Formats: sequence, structure tokens, C-alpha cells
Amino acid sequence: MAEAAQMQVSDEVAIQITNMNKWYGQFHVLRDINMTVQRGERIVICGPSGSGKSTLIRCINRLEEHQQGQIVVDGTELTNDLKNIDKVRSEVGMVFQHFNLFPHLTILENLTLAPIWVRKVPKREAEETAMYFLQKVKIPEQAHKYPGQLSGGQQQRVAIARSLCMKPRIMLFDEPTSALDPEMIKEVLDTMIQLAQEGMTMICVTHEMGFAQAVANRVIFMDQGQIVEQNEPKEFFNNPKSDRTKLFLSQILGH
Amino acid sequence: MSETHSQTVTFVRDSMLPPVMPPAGERGAVKWLRENLFSTPLNIGLTVLGVVVIWWLVTSSLPWWLHSVWHASSLGECRQIVAAEAGEGATGACWAMIRERWHQFIFGHQYPPSDWWRPILAFGLLFAALSPVLFAGQKRNLALVLGGMAVFLLLTLYLAATPTSAFILSMALVAGLLALSQVQPGKLLWFTLIYPALCFWLLWGGTVWLPITAMAGFGVFYLVFRFASPSLGVPVAAGVGIVAAVLWWLYIASPVAGALQGALPFSILQVTSDKFGGFLLAIVIGVSGIAFSLPIGILLALGRQSDMLIVKTLSVGFIEFVRGVPLITLLFTASLLLQYFLPPGTNFDIILRVIILVTFFAAAYLAEVIRGGLAALPRGQYEAADALGLDYWQAQRLIILPQALKVSIPAIVSTFIGLFKDTTLVSFVGLYDPLRGITTIVRADIAWKGIYWEPYIFVGAIFFVICFGMSRYSMYLERKLKTDHR
Repeated sequence: MAEAAQMQVSDEVAIQITNMNKWYGQFHVLRDINMTVQRGERIVICGPSGSGKSTLIRCINRLEEHQQGQIVVDGTELTNDLKNIDKVRSEVGMVFQHFNLFPHLTILENLTLAPIWVRKVPKREAEETAMYFLQKVKIPEQAHKYPGQLSGGQQQRVAIARSLCMKPRIMLFDEPTSALDPEMIKEVLDTMIQLAQEGMTMICVTHEMGFAQAVANRVIFMDQGQIVEQNEPKEFFNNPKSDRTKLFLSQILGH
Repeated sequence: MSETHSQTVTFVRDSMLPPVMPPAGERGAVKWLRENLFSTPLNIGLTVLGVVVIWWLVTSSLPWWLHSVWHASSLGECRQIVAAEAGEGATGACWAMIRERWHQFIFGHQYPPSDWWRPILAFGLLFAALSPVLFAGQKRNLALVLGGMAVFLLLTLYLAATPTSAFILSMALVAGLLALSQVQPGKLLWFTLIYPALCFWLLWGGTVWLPITAMAGFGVFYLVFRFASPSLGVPVAAGVGIVAAVLWWLYIASPVAGALQGALPFSILQVTSDKFGGFLLAIVIGVSGIAFSLPIGILLALGRQSDMLIVKTLSVGFIEFVRGVPLITLLFTASLLLQYFLPPGTNFDIILRVIILVTFFAAAYLAEVIRGGLAALPRGQYEAADALGLDYWQAQRLIILPQALKVSIPAIVSTFIGLFKDTTLVSFVGLYDPLRGITTIVRADIAWKGIYWEPYIFVGAIFFVICFGMSRYSMYLERKLKTDHR
């Protein structure tokens, strides 16, 4: 996987977060986050539960609102302006822990819905694109089934394909393998690695350290709503600087 | 075999056993009886008690049914016939009353008999209008519904002595709809859209231009909305469109209709609302209430979940107020109080007023039912829709409501059934509902004074058929929409 880490990262800034703060009521969940993501970069965010890592990536497509600071995605600043939010959301794909496929629609309809209604793509064309991405995640034969008939790993691959159908420039993954059986994790990770090799800008919240070592340019470790440490994967895993990181790594890699 | 095993570890079977029947007590009807009726002493006791109750019910009511009289001109004559056939003291049903007065239960006692064909035609076409909504695109079901409607109309319109020209036109329309359903089933929705105006004209009569200009109000709304929405945005354009349509209905529609009637006169006998009664009235109120309450209920449910304070407060206030007040109070409001609030001189039709309040009443209940469906959806569905860039209305229409409504189908249909049965309460505001209004009129006749069970059984049976039909349809719909494979 050495070639994955060497893939070029452009100088263009995809996401710029400056002095961002967020509170849930009184609780200060994200504290002074500063982060720049270049186009083509692949970032893994890890940290203990409750450290704010999911909240951080959900702020990037405004599923969560931040109260202070600035988030600029692809040159568009996220404010209360609904037009900007919709613009950012159509450029940023998101994959959830629990897949969140639409159970009342077939796989193909799940994939074509947003292109048809948001991008106004003709139905035929949307279906062709959908089949292309289903081929890519290796389940074209499931196109006319319903999500409930698929295994967890297949559903998560459909969810990835659904995001890709919108031709996003950035992909966010929120613990995409945490709800899967061990045997299914690999098929999802393979899909994600393939995507990384194609140069997609990715931010991935995950505890799959193998994945981080294989494809990430940077690993970010968060605790108590703050970025505690970030580094290249090799340095991060072999030579962590902060004590908190060392403790975390010893706990998740210790057995 | 376990015995064999306990003695020696090695075992070889030398002859295979043929399959045999289970013991006599473990199969067929005996097993079923034993498991379902006689499994425990308590169960045996309950079975015996149940049989006794059924026996008592049957023996006490069966003679009454068996001695039914169909041909008589008064209750007294009925009783004489029963006494002559079954002996003194025997009881018998007097269906002769239904035979003589059935049309009052169906059309009300004042609807002109020469125009009975109009409600019949409207009722038949109701199914043509509903079919594309109930069975979207399913040609076989559409053919069944529309074919059944065609046969029904052919027979009943013939029996109701329909004027020849109207009969031919109706049959041509039915044949056209049947053909359309097989060629382009989607286009049937256009008939559904014009049906309200057609139905209004058939039932109330008068000039044909009134319903046409009324429908044109929706055209006005659409045009204003279409041209205003690019510059003003969707919500403002919708508001302007509604104002324009209301202005059209209040000030322009009736003069235009009058002028058109003057230029191109075309009208049928006008029948005013006070001449409506029986199931005609119940179905007019019930169907309109059902059709209008669902969209209003959905909007109220969404409004109650809204982030916008005013929308939310209004929705909650409306729902809680309407649910907190008995329907009869609202009906009295419709018949008496509304008149005080409206500008003097406006005479708001009583049936229209009742429809509006019944609709509001049902909408408040539906809103809560649908809110339950919305609450049953996982948060992830909203997030996935948002993350894909769908706007609020797209997300609601394509993702949230289809699932929320599907979950709520049984409760929604229960509310509809309740609404339909509640239409009998309009007797409290002087309308002739089939149950109390018409029955009272029938019993006021000296010939049928004292008849008790028969009208209620007759009306109850028709209500049962309609409500049972709705219930079966909802079960069919649930099966059809079941895609979660849990």
C-alpha cells in the first residue's frame, strides 16, 4: 500500500476550519478546532468515544451547527444561508455508521434519488451512473432488491455508492465499519481503499488502524473536543508524542 | 435407539423404518379441537359457555330472521302475515319497510326522484376518480374497479330511468375511462382532478359554468405561482397565489359564471343542500372529509415538528383545541355560530360548513397519528436525506412521509372509518343522516310507526360494508408496501 501514501496531494484547499467552537447547551463539545484539508488528502480521525470526532465531521456538512469560528468547504462558507448549506451538501458525500439507506426504495432508487432531484439529472443517465458505481462496489446484481434484503457489508457499500452517485469532491466517513461483523469489515475497507487510490479527498472517523496506516496522509487524534495530536501515520503509530495518545494507542493496539 | 446406544457404542441399522401416521389424537380435526378448544379445564369451561351463548343467540333471533316479510304496506300488515304464517306470538322481521323506503335511506326523502341518476352517476364515477390513487398504475386492478363500476352504472342508471341523452353520455364517459385505464393509466389522474367539480355539478346541479369557474381558481393559483416563484421565492409566491385564487373565488368567479351562463346556457335542475339526505349526505361529507383531512393532517403534523415558532404554535394550538372539543360542539358551531362571524349577507352552504368542520376535526386526529409515524423514523433517515443535499420538502416528500405514512396506515384508516361513521352526527344540526334523520322520518309515517330493528340493521349493514371495505383496502396496502423484510 506504499503507493497509496505517495499519491499526490494538491495545494488547493478543500476544507478550511479556523477557530471553530461548538457547544451542546452548556457542554463545550468542540474546542478551538483549526484544520486544513488539501484536495486529495486522506485523513483519519481517531480518539476515545465522546471526544467529538463524529461531531467534527458532521459540522463539515452542517448536520451539526457550529457556534463560533469559520468552516469553509470548497470556497463556500457554512453559515445559516440555506443555499450555501445545500451547495456544500451536494459536493460532500457522507457515509454513516448505520448506513441510513432508505428502506422503502430499491437499491437503484436509493442511488438515483438525489442525482435526479438535486442535480436534475435525467432518469436514464442517473441509472447508468448508479449501475457504474454498483459495479464498482461489486454488487450490481442487487440493484432491484431492497436494503433489508442485503447484508450489513453490502448495505454499507451501497451507501458509499449512493454518495458517489452525487459525484462529490469530498467524502466523509463516520465510523463506517463500527456496526459491521468482522468478516464484512474487509469488503467495506477494500472499497474505501480503492476510493482513496483514485484520489478522493476523504475524512474518515474510524478505529481501523490498519486502514489508517495503509491510506492516510495524516492521522488526527482527538480527546475532549480538541485536536491533541496529528502526524503522518508512520510517525503517529511508532512515535506518538503526547501521553494521551500513547495511552489511547496502547489500549486499542494492546491486545 | 438411545437404549441401543447405552448398551454398546457401535450400532448399525440393518432395516430402515417406513414412515407411519402420527397417533390418532395428534392429527387433523381431533388435534385442532384438543389444542384450541379443550386444552385445559378452564378452556373446556369457556368452550361450553361459548357454545351455550351462541346457541341462545341463534335460537332467539333465528325465527325473527326466518319469518321475514318482504311484501306489505304497513307494519300492522307485516305482523298479520307473520301471525298467519308462524302462529300467534311469533316474531318476524318486516323488511317490507326497506322495500318501500330504501330510496329515502339512499338519497334522502327530498331529492327529486327524476334526478336520482345524478347521485348514482357521481357515486359510480367516484370509483373511477379514486382508482388511480388507490391502485396506481396496476392495470388489472384498475380494470376490475372500472369494469365493476361500468356494470353497476349500466344497471342502476337503467333502473333509475335516466334520460336517454344523459345515459348515453355517461356510458361514453365510462367506456372512455375504461379504455384510458388500459392505454395510459397515469392519465386517469386528470379525471381525479376534475372529478370534484363534476361531482359538485351532478349533485347540486344548476349551471355548469359555476364549477368550471371555481376550478379555474386553481388555474389562477398555478399561473400566479408559476410566474411569481422565480422572482419571489416559493413560499411568498404560494401565498400570493392563494390570495389571488381567493380573490378570484370571492369576487370574479360568480359574475364570470353568470356571464358565461348568459352566453352559453347549459344547466340541469338545481337541488339545494337541504334536499340532501341518507347515504348520499353521509358519503358526500365522508369522502370530502377524508380527501381534505389527509393533506391538512400531514401539514399540521409537519407544522408541529417545525422549528419555526409561529408555525409550531399555530399547529399545536389548532390540534389541541380541535381534539379537546366534542365533534357535536363543532357541528353546532358550523350550523349556528359561523353565521355570526361571517360578513352579513354571505350565506355559507350548510353542507359545506359541516364538511369544513368535519375535515378540521379529522385533520387534528390525523396530525397526531402521522406525528406518531414521523417519530417512529430513525434520525438517520433525516440525516441521510440532508447529507445528500435534498431540501426540506424533497426530503419530506421522497424519504420521510412515504415511510411515516406507511407506518401509520392502520391508524389513519381507523381515523377515516371513525370520520365516516361520525357523519351520522349531522342529524344534530338538522340534516337527514341515514341513521337517525331518515329513520325518524320513516317512523313518523303512521304505516311504519313502531318499527325498530329493521332500519338500524339495514343502515348498519351498509355502514359495515363500506367500513369493512376500507379496512380490507388498508390491509392490502400494507402488504403491498411492505419492503423492509424484517
